[in-house]
Amino acid sequence: MSKLTPRDWDSHAAFISPEYKSSTLRGVSQSLVKIDPELAELTGPAFGQEVLGPLDHDLTKNGQVNGEPIGERIIVTGTVFDEFGQPVPNTLIEIWQANAAGRYVHKRDQHDAPIDPNFLGAGRCLTDENGNYKFYTIKPGAYPWGNHPNAWRPNHIHLSLLGPCISSRIVTQMYFPGDSLLPYDPIYIATPEQARERLVSEFSLDVTEDGFALGYIFNIVVRGVNATPAEA
Amino acid sequence: MTFKQTPSQTVGPYFAYGLTAQQYSYGNTQIADNQLVKGDVAGERIRITGKVFDGNGDAVDDALIEIWQANAVGRFNHPLDQRSNRALDTEFLGYGRCGTGTRSDLSFSFDTIKPGAAQAGHAPFITVVVMMRGLLSHAFTRIYFSDETSANPTDPVLSKVCASRQSTLIAQRKETGTGPEYHFDIHMQGPQETVFFDV
Ligand SMILES: [Fe+3]
Repeated sequence: MSKLTPRDWDSHAAFISPEYKSSTLRGVSQSLVKIDPELAELTGPAFGQEVLGPLDHDLTKNGQVNGEPIGERIIVTGTVFDEFGQPVPNTLIEIWQANAAGRYVHKRDQHDAPIDPNFLGAGRCLTDENGNYKFYTIKPGAYPWGNHPNAWRPNHIHLSLLGPCISSRIVTQMYFPGDSLLPYDPIYIATPEQARERLVSEFSLDVTEDGFALGYIFNIVVRGVNATPAEA
Repeated sequence: MTFKQTPSQTVGPYFAYGLTAQQYSYGNTQIADNQLVKGDVAGERIRITGKVFDGNGDAVDDALIEIWQANAVGRFNHPLDQRSNRALDTEFLGYGRCGTGTRSDLSFSFDTIKPGAAQAGHAPFITVVVMMRGLLSHAFTRIYFSDETSANPTDPVLSKVCASRQSTLIAQRKETGTGPEYHFDIHMQGPQETVFFDV
């Protein structure tokens, strides 16, 4: 009935990566039990335009109260592909991120950097019929965290994707090219070395909009599903 | 395969206003919550509750649990499931989300319906996706039901799990004043570590 490519564990971090401290008590410790995909794994929630508000894809506008958000405006765009190289339309992408000063709106973020009253840092969009998506936002700042002394997260945007089925679901983080903090970040370097650069976006002068915002391309590859519908 | 998978990264500590904004009382909207039954949907109303425990046995206060399930007759609300002999409930998507950070006891809970078996000879179950700070890749598990005493023992997936660990996948039913409730705790590590699937 179906072909669902497996999770490629050469592309994903081990559950327990000791340099990322909280993984030692929260990572799965026993071996996963391998099962063959059934309908439950080949299906998943399909969301459409009904979950999108007019400004959900524009984080430079969706949190405005009394002015423009502070920081460097950027465009993040790309294509969602499956492993067969086919664009994946109608994929819901949800994003959240820190503001330009490295501070999240989240109530638990205690970093002593200013909240931007005009920046929320959350949004969502769908890929179009060609698998393409596009966000406008503010470049997030680096922020300190308690993993080890002088630990700083590189600039990053969190992305959550709901693709063709629950098994192609992925939550990831997009980084920026040339970030000096990347080699020191236990979350980034937990990813196998040969796969890390897939987490780094690419600067693009073609995407950049003259006089307005810098452009970055971040293509995303989800597990492939080649399936024929189940009948009776 | 021409293209390589984008690596998974942890959902981190600050997902709440991005993925579950209304549950955590932020001003923006969310696409899903823990109330799966919103219209006229066939099936037995059930509640599923539980907690997520780390390797120290401490309840996790920033986990995100997602569920995906078939409807009462075992049909999935998805184009791939075209089995017209099983009625589709268009009002029932079968997908829910709940974070563990908003209740004082750090539990999650879902109000849904008990799914039917999706295939003959299989037991009914719900797919669970576990995400949290410290978890670099999301983990898949399944909720089976303690009252399915004849279907569970022959379920092909449950049967793949060694007998001593099968109980970690079986939610315990109890009758309450507000209806049937299933209890399903998730242990990331330790002697009761939940079985997670590579699927
Ligand atoms: Fe972050």
